[in-house]
Amino acid sequence: MADKYSADTIITETQKRISNAFDVFDHESNKTVDVREIGTIIRSLGCFPSEADLHDIIAELEEEEPTGFVRYEKFLPTMTKILLERKFRPITEDLLLQAFEVLDQQKKGHLEPEELTKYLTQEGEPFTQEEMDEMLSAAVDPDKNVILYKDFFH
Amino acid sequence: MGCGVTKTSEFNRKFDKDGNVIPAMKAAVLIQRWYRQYAARMEVRRRYTWNIFQSMEYADLQDQIKLYNFLGYLMDNFTPSSTERNLISHIFRENEVCRDAEWERYFSYNNITVPDIYSGPRLTFPLDMDQAAHLVEAFKNKQQLHSRYVLQLLLETWKLLRVLPNINRVSTCHSKEITICGDLHGQLEDLLLIFYKNGMPSLEKPYVFNGDYVDRGKDSIEILLILFAFLLVFPGDVYLNRGNHEDHIINLRYGFTKEVLNKYKLHGKRILKLLQKIFSWLPLVTVIDQRVLIVHGGISDTTDLALIARVDRHRYVSALRPPKKKTPSRTNVYADSERYDEMIICKNRRGSLTFPKPFGARESFQRRSLQDFSSTVARTLGEEFEVRRRQAEFSLSSFSKSHRILSSALSSDSEPESSEFTDTGNDEWKQILDLLWSDPMSHDGCIPNEVRGGGCYWGPDVTEGFLNRHNLQLIIRSHECKQDGYEFCHNRKVLTLFSASNYYEVGSNRGAFVRLGPDLVPYFVQYQATSMTRGLSFPQNVKRTEHTALKVLREQLFVHKSDLLSAFQEIDKENTGLICLNDWASAIERVLHLDLPWRVLHPQLVSSTTDGKLDYHGWFRDLALKKPSSEHIEQTMLETLYRHRSTLETIFRIVDTDNSGLITFEDFRQTLKLLSAYLKMEISDEVINELVISTDTNNDGSIDIDEFMEAFRLVDKSRLERGKSLLKLMQDNQSLPQETESPQTVYSTAPQTSQCPASQPADPPVSNTTDSACSQTANPPASQTGSLTEDCPASQTEDLCHISVVVPPQ
Repeated sequence: MADKYSADTIITETQKRISNAFDVFDHESNKTVDVREIGTIIRSLGCFPSEADLHDIIAELEEEEPTGFVRYEKFLPTMTKILLERKFRPITEDLLLQAFEVLDQQKKGHLEPEELTKYLTQEGEPFTQEEMDEMLSAAVDPDKNVILYKDFFH
Repeated sequence: MGCGVTKTSEFNRKFDKDGNVIPAMKAAVLIQRWYRQYAARMEVRRRYTWNIFQSMEYADLQDQIKLYNFLGYLMDNFTPSSTERNLISHIFRENEVCRDAEWERYFSYNNITVPDIYSGPRLTFPLDMDQAAHLVEAFKNKQQLHSRYVLQLLLETWKLLRVLPNINRVSTCHSKEITICGDLHGQLEDLLLIFYKNGMPSLEKPYVFNGDYVDRGKDSIEILLILFAFLLVFPGDVYLNRGNHEDHIINLRYGFTKEVLNKYKLHGKRILKLLQKIFSWLPLVTVIDQRVLIVHGGISDTTDLALIARVDRHRYVSALRPPKKKTPSRTNVYADSERYDEMIICKNRRGSLTFPKPFGARESFQRRSLQDFSSTVARTLGEEFEVRRRQAEFSLSSFSKSHRILSSALSSDSEPESSEFTDTGNDEWKQILDLLWSDPMSHDGCIPNEVRGGGCYWGPDVTEGFLNRHNLQLIIRSHECKQDGYEFCHNRKVLTLFSASNYYEVGSNRGAFVRLGPDLVPYFVQYQATSMTRGLSFPQNVKRTEHTALKVLREQLFVHKSDLLSAFQEIDKENTGLICLNDWASAIERVLHLDLPWRVLHPQLVSSTTDGKLDYHGWFRDLALKKPSSEHIEQTMLETLYRHRSTLETIFRIVDTDNSGLITFEDFRQTLKLLSAYLKMEISDEVINELVISTDTNNDGSIDIDEFMEAFRLVDKSRLERGKSLLKLMQDNQSLPQETESPQTVYSTAPQTSQCPASQPADPPVSNTTDSACSQTANPPASQTGSLTEDCPASQTEDLCHISVVVPPQ
């Protein structure tokens, strides 16, 4: 009798999750997704890869002759491994808070939109203008026009 | 997606989890990783929300088609004395017996007097630009045009349309830019917004409107009147294409019929009849500069513009009713059915609206055959065999065969036309269906569109071939909602244009229109109609739309409770009351037939699990829909009726042939018997009587359809506690980014008096809605910035909640 915690069950459950997430982006229902959506799919499964990480994964998933699409048969084993090995774990809130505090050099307790924009579009793995705009629209307090980063965390 | 890294002074310092300083570069990477994860989850939510709305929309459309298949099937199987047959024949009777002159008498408006008290526009014909502009203004101010003028305007329109060709031909000479609009679906605020941004139609400002003016939105008739008025004033500069919703049978289900009957109680019937003719006379396509094709749905691999130019388009009144075939002679049909076998063509089932046969590659959408409905009813082997035999016979032409049988059996006068071979008739019909119903797909080929049940899916190779054959460079079509209002595909050779913003929900999508100058380079303008969406960020829009979609989904789950419970209990043989998530998802897939990513959705639908298992009885309690208070009617029965209320309402409206909004007890009984046959589920006489008694509020032996359907309205309980709970929720839900509430919904039997505003429930997009424009959710999910989404300003129209039309200045 199968114990629900058996390795098999876990693998099956994991694979079903992967399959569902994949299906959301499989617009033609032919078990392929656009390669540009791979990052979104992986993240939607709870992983926090960096862009560099994604770059490597995609290189592994693409065909020898890149078609712009990734097939499910290739995606499934790669993604299963990522999930089972618990790669790209979430960032803890403490660490994130510290990260914001680092950027807040004057220790104001908040960040100006320009400040954040400067860092996030120039440092690290820079945001595109679109990403920056989206984040600002979600993160900026409309009354004070600053980012009250402490409020993001419990 | 770069790996670009900026050197900072602390580049080489490793960061320390215990709190040593993290270099700015590392901090940036962390934040970027985190945000991208969040954005990805938002994107997934947006996608599956879209999936939910679309799949329910299509499921409902398939319902409609199945219903018609079913009715046609009944016609095939009657014995002459059956009372059901009288009903159906009544419905399908061809009454196109009069000549045009007689129709003009029928539609005459001269004896309609307009009372002095009427303050709306008084039209004089021929119309001029001022009157057209005045009409727009009047509708903006929520006035209603008097039925006399409506009929007059429609008659003039009909006269004009009859002399127009099937293919409108337009040119951008004199450096005129042509503006093209997609689906409007009764959303007047979008049309007003377009006119505001772009100017009204005129000699200098030609417009093409690409179909689907009506249904779903609540101002369909106003949109038509405006478009027709401008057509009459500027016949050389306004072009209207027919959409698949310009079809009176589709209108029965999707709200236009209801809207007209409600707004025009006395003359609505005639108005609808006239519109039926007008729709059939709308041109099919528009071609600009012989280079750009504008058509509502799309094309197929057999689309031939030369053929299109030649058809008698007005013979194709409805997609769900193929044109009458002429028989060389009329014989007793029941003795002579073998004759018709020769006339049955169509080994080729493509484009068969009457028999959505499982073809092709889109396996993800559940294929549903005619009888595949109530899985709880077992069939005997004999019945099973019978069903399959019928299905095998049930081809395109068999539907029209039964139609033919019917009309000849009724000895109605058929128009004295030369007998045509069924081949041509079918061919033309398919061509038109393809134009109005098809959708593009990304891989090559051309397969029947079994999701919609008509038209096909066509691939980039078909586009290429078609454009080359006809020497065109671009296809502009509509028919599909797009989040940004427009979308290119097929290597930018096909453009989908959709002009109804907030189609599924406030904030769900933008609308767009396009301008083409002599260079034929498209210039797009996007917009969103209500002021509610301004200042809402992308995450807020996503959450709000998702909220509605999930509510609709929960309702679906609840109304399938009996079936789901059986499915769960089948798995949970030891009756523990628990079920694991995998099994939960599989059971739902089996029962609901909605192709959705249930495992992705489950956190939103299931509030808690213990040890990875769900207590399903508790889960049903959480879904908490209260049933109507009728102790005598069995719960399963009510659930079934609720689930099929759209179908039920459609049948009612079909039965109500004089469009009075009332049906007799007898017809009501017949309707329910029909439904029970359709669902293969017993609806006993006691149940029917109980329903009749409980809904005959007029006490006059007839049943008001609207009142009856009111009994099935879903009421959001929080609407009753609106005032405090709204604010409280804003405060409670400050955390990013999850939303946690699962609203309780209450089901009421009494017609609701209009209390209003912000918590008017979003009727599921699939239902017959005149109030789909108002879909402000009761519990707007809070954003992390704490910006409040404002209350819906309560501007009431009749008994509807309505988000007031604010045309934001550009």
